[in-house]
Amino acid sequence: MSSTTGMSITAKAGKIFLIAAKYFILAFASFLSLVPIVVCVITAFKTPDEYATTSVMTLPGNWTYFQNFVTAWTKANMSLAFRNTFIILVCVLIGSILFSSMLAYVLNRFKFHGNALIRNLFLFATLIPGIATQVTVYQIMYSFGLINSLNGYIILLLGSDVISIYIFLQFFENLSESLDESAILDGCTYFGVFFKILLPLTKPAIVTCMILKGVSTYNEYYMAQLYLQDKKLLPVVSTSLFAFTGPMGNQYNFICAGVLITILPALIIFILCQKQIYNGLGAGSVKG
Amino acid sequence: MSTADGSVLHKRSKLKKSRNGQKILVGITFLIIPLVLLFIFTYLPFFKMFQFSFFDMTYTSKRVFAGFENYIEVFKRAEIFGSLKLSLYYMAGALIQLAVALFFATLLSFKIKGSPFFKGAIFFPFLVCGIAVGFVFKFFFTPGFVLDTMLSWIGFDMTRLPYWLQNVKTNNIALVCTSIWRYLGQNMVLFIGAIMSVDPNMYEAAEIDGANQWHKFFYIILPSIKTIVLLNLILSISGSLSAFEAPFVITKGSFGTATFFVMMDRIAHQSQKVGLASAMAVVLLIIILLVTIGLRLFFRYAFNEGDDGSGMSKRSLKSSEKHKVTSRKGAKI
Repeated sequence: MSSTTGMSITAKAGKIFLIAAKYFILAFASFLSLVPIVVCVITAFKTPDEYATTSVMTLPGNWTYFQNFVTAWTKANMSLAFRNTFIILVCVLIGSILFSSMLAYVLNRFKFHGNALIRNLFLFATLIPGIATQVTVYQIMYSFGLINSLNGYIILLLGSDVISIYIFLQFFENLSESLDESAILDGCTYFGVFFKILLPLTKPAIVTCMILKGVSTYNEYYMAQLYLQDKKLLPVVSTSLFAFTGPMGNQYNFICAGVLITILPALIIFILCQKQIYNGLGAGSVKG
Repeated sequence: MSTADGSVLHKRSKLKKSRNGQKILVGITFLIIPLVLLFIFTYLPFFKMFQFSFFDMTYTSKRVFAGFENYIEVFKRAEIFGSLKLSLYYMAGALIQLAVALFFATLLSFKIKGSPFFKGAIFFPFLVCGIAVGFVFKFFFTPGFVLDTMLSWIGFDMTRLPYWLQNVKTNNIALVCTSIWRYLGQNMVLFIGAIMSVDPNMYEAAEIDGANQWHKFFYIILPSIKTIVLLNLILSISGSLSAFEAPFVITKGSFGTATFFVMMDRIAHQSQKVGLASAMAVVLLIIILLVTIGLRLFFRYAFNEGDDGSGMSKRSLKSSEKHKVTSRKGAKI
């Protein structure tokens, strides 16, 4: 009798220990994940004096000292950067959603010779790592005169867009064909079927695309620094921080403020659309 | 009556003809732009890459045919081909990342308080843009700054710590760690999705049979998500050969951190040796394809699996969404 209660007590203790260990590990991982960013927050609110004299982990005396943000904003020309990024985002998102939904509609609903070939062409494109072909893509952009051109950059981003196509292809596969058939019998044109009936129904796919493509466009750095080299006239958010390399390279109170400005939109979107981001990631990774 | 019938039939066939015409018109207008874009930005560069690799050229100068000279240079110059050795760091990092992601995904798939916070915290670095990651970690690793201060809290002597990003013993490891920091959450979210698709009844049945957490993991979860794990394993290993972003944004490839693609970018855009850079791209592309095919064959042989993971994972992801909905509902009740 007494031995069984003893057992249950040790078992209980073991269970409590396991649960505690679980929380400890998760809290530690979250700490490691957030600490590089939290330190930026601390540093961004420090006055130059505090920055020069206190340890990086010391909290700032005044959390309402926004001068670093103002300096970062003007030094990195953020007004222009956000304007450019906004233009790029709007064009790329509209274009990519329109083109990939149209392509997916034709590939899914029309049977014709070459349908499988086109699908395979897009599938093979996913196997080539993007950076590998950048040497020759640069040469092509150069020969079209599209270096340092916002339009050229938008076209390029539209051209390297396979994930959205797969998201829409998947979506159309689950969309009943009886919908379009009855609409056609009612005298609707194929254009009408697509734009009036099917496109509004693909809203979940559109949201997924907007999030995945939006995040990758907002964060795209390599292509932005390569094709929008004129950082005075054509800064985007992801390259605007470039202003802090060189002589300003160690003034981290300004740099951290700049970093936080670029992170803030991503944070807001993340808090608002957490669920869609997690789900979209799963959908995009299937063929990504 | 009969004439009316005839006209209806006539109308129908006319309609059908025009419909076929419409179909062709819609098909062409809807396909043309994506196909042209695919050709210009994927296939044209792909074939040009092979062509350029046989020339001695810059972006602007005349092309001189060079035969296999570029390829010979790729293999002969130790700093180019040797940079592939760095992939081993990234490969090790990728394996650790997958294991840790799987571990956290398993923890977070079961009822646990604050799981949205933990999940969000571990995932958020994925949404930070490349150059911001670069600055954040330059700051993080600067001698006497963030990492050193934290290490001094647990008793390390700050003056004896290495210069993380300059010291050749530590810098590649530091870069791999930042890469894990950034992509761990993405892997974890994928695995959580897959684990959610496991039928919850199986856990109950296993519990009745007296299974503990480890049993559940090894005998229920792991076999159910085997396909997506293997798929990610293949992607990570072949991906580590083309590791690029971490060294590019943090060290720019200095102090022996230049991976193959960082080297290629430098040769193409600073030295303007387009032919040599193209040859590098071709060589790595062939290596990546061989490794990917080899791994797929190996996994097919070893696990009878991994050959066509896409179909499976698609199915499991779809059902995972359903399960998420049902599990949420269940939790509320």
